[in-house]
Amino acid sequence: MADEARPLVEVRGLKKHFVKGRDIWGRPTSVLRAVDGVSFHIRKGETFGLVGESGSGKSTVGRCILRLYDYTDGEVRFDGQDLSRLGDKQLKPFRRRIQSIFQDPYSSLNPGMNVLELIGEPMNIHGLYPGKEERAEVIAGLLEKVGLKRDHLYRYPHEFSGGQRQRISIARALSVRPEFVICDEPISALDVSVQAQVVNMLEDLQDEFGLTYLFIAHDLAMVRHISDRIGVMYRGRLVEVADSDELYDNPLHPYTQALLSAIPVPDPRAEIRRIRYEPHDWTGEPAELREVSPGHFVALS
Amino acid sequence: MKNRLLEVENLHVSFHTREGEVQAVRGVSLHIDHGETVGIVGESGSGKSVTAKAILSLIAPPGEITHGDIRFAGESLRGIPERKWRTIRGNRIAMVFQDPMTSLNPVKRVGDHLTEVIRRHRGLGRREALAEAVEMLRLVGIPEPELRVRQYPHELSGGMRQRVMIAMALSCRPELLIADEPTTALDVTIQAQILDLLKELKAKTSAAIALITHDLGVVAQVCSRVIVMYGGMVMEEGPVEEIFYRPKHPYTQGLLRSLPKRGGSSRERLSPIEGSPPDLRSAPKGCPFRDRCPHAMAKCGTMPPMVEVGEGHRAMCWLNDTDAQSDDHAGSGTEGGEGNGG
Repeated sequence: MADEARPLVEVRGLKKHFVKGRDIWGRPTSVLRAVDGVSFHIRKGETFGLVGESGSGKSTVGRCILRLYDYTDGEVRFDGQDLSRLGDKQLKPFRRRIQSIFQDPYSSLNPGMNVLELIGEPMNIHGLYPGKEERAEVIAGLLEKVGLKRDHLYRYPHEFSGGQRQRISIARALSVRPEFVICDEPISALDVSVQAQVVNMLEDLQDEFGLTYLFIAHDLAMVRHISDRIGVMYRGRLVEVADSDELYDNPLHPYTQALLSAIPVPDPRAEIRRIRYEPHDWTGEPAELREVSPGHFVALS
Repeated sequence: MKNRLLEVENLHVSFHTREGEVQAVRGVSLHIDHGETVGIVGESGSGKSVTAKAILSLIAPPGEITHGDIRFAGESLRGIPERKWRTIRGNRIAMVFQDPMTSLNPVKRVGDHLTEVIRRHRGLGRREALAEAVEMLRLVGIPEPELRVRQYPHELSGGMRQRVMIAMALSCRPELLIADEPTTALDVTIQAQILDLLKELKAKTSAAIALITHDLGVVAQVCSRVIVMYGGMVMEEGPVEEIFYRPKHPYTQGLLRSLPKRGGSSRERLSPIEGSPPDLRSAPKGCPFRDRCPHAMAKCGTMPPMVEVGEGHRAMCWLNDTDAQSDDHAGSGTEGGEGNGG
C-alpha cells in the first residue's frame, strides 16, 4: 500500500541542540545534542516506527517535524515543501495536514471544554465546517468512528476513562482531515487490556482515511506490530532502519540487538531460552547509515 | 500449610471519597511461601498496589482496611501497635516503589539513606553501617560503591537509583520483599538488568519476593507463581506455566490473547478485550469481569466460587464449576465453553 514514487515526509540531517548553560555574556557553555544528524523518509500510507530509550531523541524528532521546536540544522520536507523555511502564516496549512496524538490523555485535554468544543477547536482554527449543525453532525460521526457514542458530545474529560480520553484525542487529531499523524507514545499510559483496542482502531482509521503515521514508542512488541518500517535511535542518532520484520529477525547493530533482546516475552519457556546481549558491548564511534541489503540501513564503522 | 510466610484472608479495603465509598479491594485471599517469587498481575484499579500497601499497614485515611486478616510468619498483623510495626516494616517486610526519582530524599547522600535503615534496624554503629552500605551497593551491582555512597541521588541514573532502593530494601535481610512496579519507569535495557538482579537475589538470599506488575513479560521472566487481579479481586492464581499455557479464567485468557504474537508477522490483527475496567465507586454485583466477558451468562450475576482447576491452580469463574455448568446451560445465551488461551 505504500507509494514508492515520492516520500510524504523527508527528514534530512536534522539536528536539535538545546543550550543547557550560558556564561554571563549569554554565550552557550554547554549544549545537549538531543538530535544530532537524523535522516529518514516516510512513504505515503505507511507507518514508520521510531524506537529508543528515554533521552534518545525520538520525541524531539517528532516535535521538530511538527515545528514545535525550531531545529538547529537540517530540513524537514512534507510533500516536497521544506517546512523549516516557512513562516507562521505559510505554515498554517501544513499544521492542518500534520496532526499529533500525545502520550498522556489526562493532561492533553482541556478539562474545561466538553467533547464538542474539544474536537471543534482545531476546526475553528482552520475554518472548517463553520455551520453549527453541520459541525455537530461531523463531530458526532467522528465520535462513532473512534468507538464513542453520539450522546458523549456534551460531556467533559473527567467523565471518561483513559482509553476513552485517548479516543477523544484521536478524534480531535482527525477532525481537520490530516494526512500525516505523529503518534508519540499513544498507548503507553493505557491499561494493558485497552491498548489492543486503540491499536486496532488506529490501523482501521489508517486504512479508511489513507493516513501516514510516525509511531514513537518504547513498547517494542507493539511497535513491531503496527509499523511497516522501524528506525532505532540511540543518543540522538539513527543507528538502524529496516522493514519491521527484517529488523526483528536480523538486527545488525549491537545496540539494536541489545534492545531487542531485552524485551521480556510473555512466555515462560521462551524466557528460559532467550539470549541477552549487553548494551555495553558496543562502544563504537558514531557512523553514517549505510545500506547493507535492500531497505536495511545500519550505522557501523 | 507449613511453608506459609504470608497469608492474606478475605481482605477488604475501602476509600471514603466525596462520591461515596470506593471498594478498592473486595475480598482478596492470597499466600506467599518462604523463598518463592510471586507475580501479582493486574491493570490500574485492579487493587494490586492497595493490597500491597495494606500488607504493610500503609493505608492512610480516607482509606481503611474494613475487613480481613493478614498473617505474617503465623502472627496476625491486624491491629498491632505502630511501635511493633517499626520492627517489621523495612526490617522483616521491605518494599520497593515504582518511581526511583521521587522515593529518595534529594538532599541526603546515597550512603545516608542506607545507613539510616541499617542503624535503626540492626543497631550497628556509624562506621560499621557505612561498610555494610557499601557491601549492599556492591551486592546490587553498583560499580565503585565506595564513591557512590558519597553522592546525591541526582548524580545517579534511574536504573542506579532503583538499585539503591533495592539495596535499601534488602539491607535488613527481609523475609519478604514487595516490589511494586519496580521497572515500569525504566528503559527496557535497564529493566532487563534489574530483573536479572532480582533473579540473582532469589538465588543468593532467602527472601520471598512479591512482584507487582502489569507486564506479563516481566512475570514470565522472574516469577514461579502468578496471582491475577481484576476489579479488586483475585481472578486466578497458579504456577507460572499453568497461567501462561492453561489459563482458566476468561480475563487471563483475554489478556494473553490481546498481546501482539511473537514471531507472528506485523499487522496481524490484535484481539482486544472489549469495554473498560469496572468503576469501583459502584462495584458491580457478581463477577467484576462480567460486562467484558465473551462467556458471560445469567449465573455471573452472582459471585462465582474460587474453584480448584489443577495442582495449586485456582480460578474464580462459573465456567470451571462443573456442577454449575450442567444446570445452567439452558439459561445462558452466550456460553462458549473453554476458551483457548495464548
